[in-house]
Amino acid sequence: MGNTRHTWWRVCLVLLLLGALFAPGMSRADDKALLGLRGGYDDIAAAVTSLADHHDPRARVLIDALRHGALYKASDGNGLYIETDHGFVDAATNAAAPGLDPDALEKIRQNNNVRVAVAGALALLDLAAPDAATRRAAAAAMLDHPDAALLPALDHALASEHDPAARRAMVLARAASLLSVGASGHGVPEQLAAVAALRAAGGAQARAILLNIPAAPPAVRAAAAEAVHAIDRELQLWSLAQGLFYGVSLGSVLLIAALGLAITFGVMGVINMAHGELMMIGAYVTYVVQHATMSVLPGDAGLGLALAVPAAFLVCGALGIGIERGLIRFLYGRPLETLLATWGLSLVLQQAVRSLFGPSNVAVVTPAFMSGAARLGGIDITLNRLVIIVFAALVMLALTVVLRVTPLGLQMRAVTQNRRMASLMGIRTSRVDALTFGLGSGVAGLAGVAVSQIDNVSPNLGQGYIIDSFMVVVFGGVGNLWGTLAGAMSLGVANKILEPLAGAVLAKILVLVLIILFIQRRPRGLFPLRGRAVES
Amino acid sequence: MTNGPTNISRRAFGQLALGASTAALAGAGAAVAAPRGAPIKVGILHSLSGTMAISETTLKDVMLMLIAEQNKKGGLLGRPLEAVVVDPASNWPLFAEKARELLSVDKVSAVFGCWTSVSRKSVLPVFEELDGILFYPVQYEGQECSRNVFYTGAAPNQQAIPAVDYLLSAEGGGAKRFVLAGTDYVYPRTTNQILASYLATKGIAPADILVNYTPFGQSDWQGIVAQIKAFGSAGKKTAVVSTINGDANVPFYKELGNQGIKSTDIPVLAFSVGEEELAGIDTAPLVGQLAAWNYFESVSSPANKAFIKRWHSFTKKPKRTTNDPMEAHYIGFNMWVQAVEKVGSTDHDKVIDALPGIKQPNLTGGIATMLPNHHITKPVLIGEIQDDGQFNVVWKTPDLVPGKAWSPYVAETKNLIGDWTKPISCGNYDVVKKVCVGTKHG
Repeated sequence: MGNTRHTWWRVCLVLLLLGALFAPGMSRADDKALLGLRGGYDDIAAAVTSLADHHDPRARVLIDALRHGALYKASDGNGLYIETDHGFVDAATNAAAPGLDPDALEKIRQNNNVRVAVAGALALLDLAAPDAATRRAAAAAMLDHPDAALLPALDHALASEHDPAARRAMVLARAASLLSVGASGHGVPEQLAAVAALRAAGGAQARAILLNIPAAPPAVRAAAAEAVHAIDRELQLWSLAQGLFYGVSLGSVLLIAALGLAITFGVMGVINMAHGELMMIGAYVTYVVQHATMSVLPGDAGLGLALAVPAAFLVCGALGIGIERGLIRFLYGRPLETLLATWGLSLVLQQAVRSLFGPSNVAVVTPAFMSGAARLGGIDITLNRLVIIVFAALVMLALTVVLRVTPLGLQMRAVTQNRRMASLMGIRTSRVDALTFGLGSGVAGLAGVAVSQIDNVSPNLGQGYIIDSFMVVVFGGVGNLWGTLAGAMSLGVANKILEPLAGAVLAKILVLVLIILFIQRRPRGLFPLRGRAVES
Repeated sequence: MTNGPTNISRRAFGQLALGASTAALAGAGAAVAAPRGAPIKVGILHSLSGTMAISETTLKDVMLMLIAEQNKKGGLLGRPLEAVVVDPASNWPLFAEKARELLSVDKVSAVFGCWTSVSRKSVLPVFEELDGILFYPVQYEGQECSRNVFYTGAAPNQQAIPAVDYLLSAEGGGAKRFVLAGTDYVYPRTTNQILASYLATKGIAPADILVNYTPFGQSDWQGIVAQIKAFGSAGKKTAVVSTINGDANVPFYKELGNQGIKSTDIPVLAFSVGEEELAGIDTAPLVGQLAAWNYFESVSSPANKAFIKRWHSFTKKPKRTTNDPMEAHYIGFNMWVQAVEKVGSTDHDKVIDALPGIKQPNLTGGIATMLPNHHITKPVLIGEIQDDGQFNVVWKTPDLVPGKAWSPYVAETKNLIGDWTKPISCGNYDVVKKVCVGTKHG
């Protein structure tokens, strides 16, 4: 016994001496943390947490460096360096470390446990930030990983918090932490208040916390069970609304993919198997335009996308006119030959793009304003989908206006309804044919721009849409834009209602079976219309 | 119809290989004795057109590189190697036709080929009938052990099982609930069947497992990602094990990002996403998501650095990525070379019997051994996606894992082993009843 004690004292003495040596530079906790940052993932996570817990003055710099991959250790395990714009800085002394060999340094990396620790540490540091929004975000981050150890910090922050939104988030984080494992010394009334706060907030996150309250008095547990039940009812309603949004979103993609076909197949009666490839070319135009604008203005993905809209319309429209003049006009009235010729054309276009751009996918960048989701009540509105819904509606509107109001639209309808009569009235029907096909192709190009934001841009892109497009047009009623809209929306919503019930594969099969049954009953679709296709 | 173009391409590639060996002759003439005599033919059976071309073309290229390098080193048994390239065009029955052509017309000494399991199943009877040798380089679902096939990719116990162990461990987040999401075909279904029974042995209740299948090329992931999110909000740590194949992964990961699912909330561990698949996407929102393989391009071993350098100079593309099946071909080809040198002949039966026991250093610093069941030993690595499209290895099995052909977690096969060495010489030997179950090994 005496011996051990003796040794223990000696160790302490040595440590004290060492501490005295290093004292001017840093505190003891600091030293230990710096050592931890050079260790394994668990050591790094512990070091990060300890830096924030001790409110170490260097905590933010170190954690930020770690988060952005700017923290390095010497390969031999000694020394910790931060990479700045002006070269490396020694993390322990804060002095510049010039002449450091980058090859002798090893980047300190994170794993998911370290990322959780970093998020927690930053939240703790941000709880006292001057900006109210930062404080609110910090409290929200604490709600993700509630912990009894956070209670003192939250109590302290709440005492001086005046911003109502930040206060609300803190109260919620405090309630969650109070109900988490290891929280003790709180009375039943306080726990019941916490349950009530989470119940009032609602949502899946609060539900998860309430579901997992560790050992608590029966009254608290009963209140929690009731709160979970109430939140479940709410969530069920919201999930219905969410499903509807998904359905409309899928419907809008189907709509924009089918609109071009509604013109070429629906109005003109041309079975255009290359429709999908025109979409694919529209997507590649987006890629090229965006690539070009981003080489001039790096970081601005939105401009390229905006410019791609007219560019894709013009390129695909011109291509469509070329296809009509060079191929399709010789095949009017021979649907089987048209089908084969356009199918062959689709292979030619695919291979041409494959030869030009390579067989792999190309990356079309999604602009920042189209990434992420907005929360509306209990549903997530993903922004890229929202933009596509709006875009599809605008294209639909523009197309209706063109067909209803413009002279070209009038001529198109005239030629469709009675070609001979229109010709006798002095309309150059062959010119109208070419322009109509060009319009349909241009709209396919627009669809390509939209689809480039949600799908892979590869030479095979078109194949995934051609069947669905024909399905929508036939189901909606050939030759009727409103039918196409109704068809796209009902197919989209039906698919998304069936998907969670039956799984994605079975949902697709069920939708196809329903369409077959429907087409047998009503071969002309939802909204049949008279036109050249009908007459022939 | 289909024969015409492929024959042309084959001839073209034959010439290319011939050209390569001539170049090797000219270049290395002084250092090594130039190979002479009748060439030894090596068949390359990878799709160069159709849907699988993206993945398989790379493997054709790496084989051409390995053959050219071997010729530079003086060939094999003093004879030059000649690549015979055929294009099965992602058409499964055509795989069998082309395999038959390679074995009976070209009389190749070994075939390196196939990617999808369905193509392997298609050629299997041909290789067994004509007693050929096939090296299959892709991770697969197991439950097969043919005398004529050498499986240099991972069996489920070399990828799926260790990966799930990682997710269950504290380091991997200690997951208690699992989503098994896959594309709807044989590999994900078999793998998920094995994983579901494995998770049951680890005390995961059936209610905590959600299995979801999607068609090939799925692009609208909104509903499914929302379902995963809801499943993950039951207060238990949830992880996704993804056997989603091909470029459907891109919109899947995009949707995860859009719905705000971070790797720290619900990690996604993929079995079919490699460097090649990430090449076309912005990986910043995916940082921290996981993949399990036996090789990553980012592994900084000297052997791997040298291999990547040779690959870049051979393809003349300084940014072309390397991946796991390429390493499998590297190991398989070198094992075959060693076996041929050991027996001094390319006779199929002799080479098949010589291969078990052959050792070949892999690219990540270990030594791969060919096992009696025609699978090899491999390390299992878990990599995290980085913002540059590469993987950072965060976990690795302490030892190499020997591949098991038959899964112990499937009731019908739990007593089966494969052992093609004497005295057993059987692909599906029942260790309890001590009988060879049958001649069919697929």
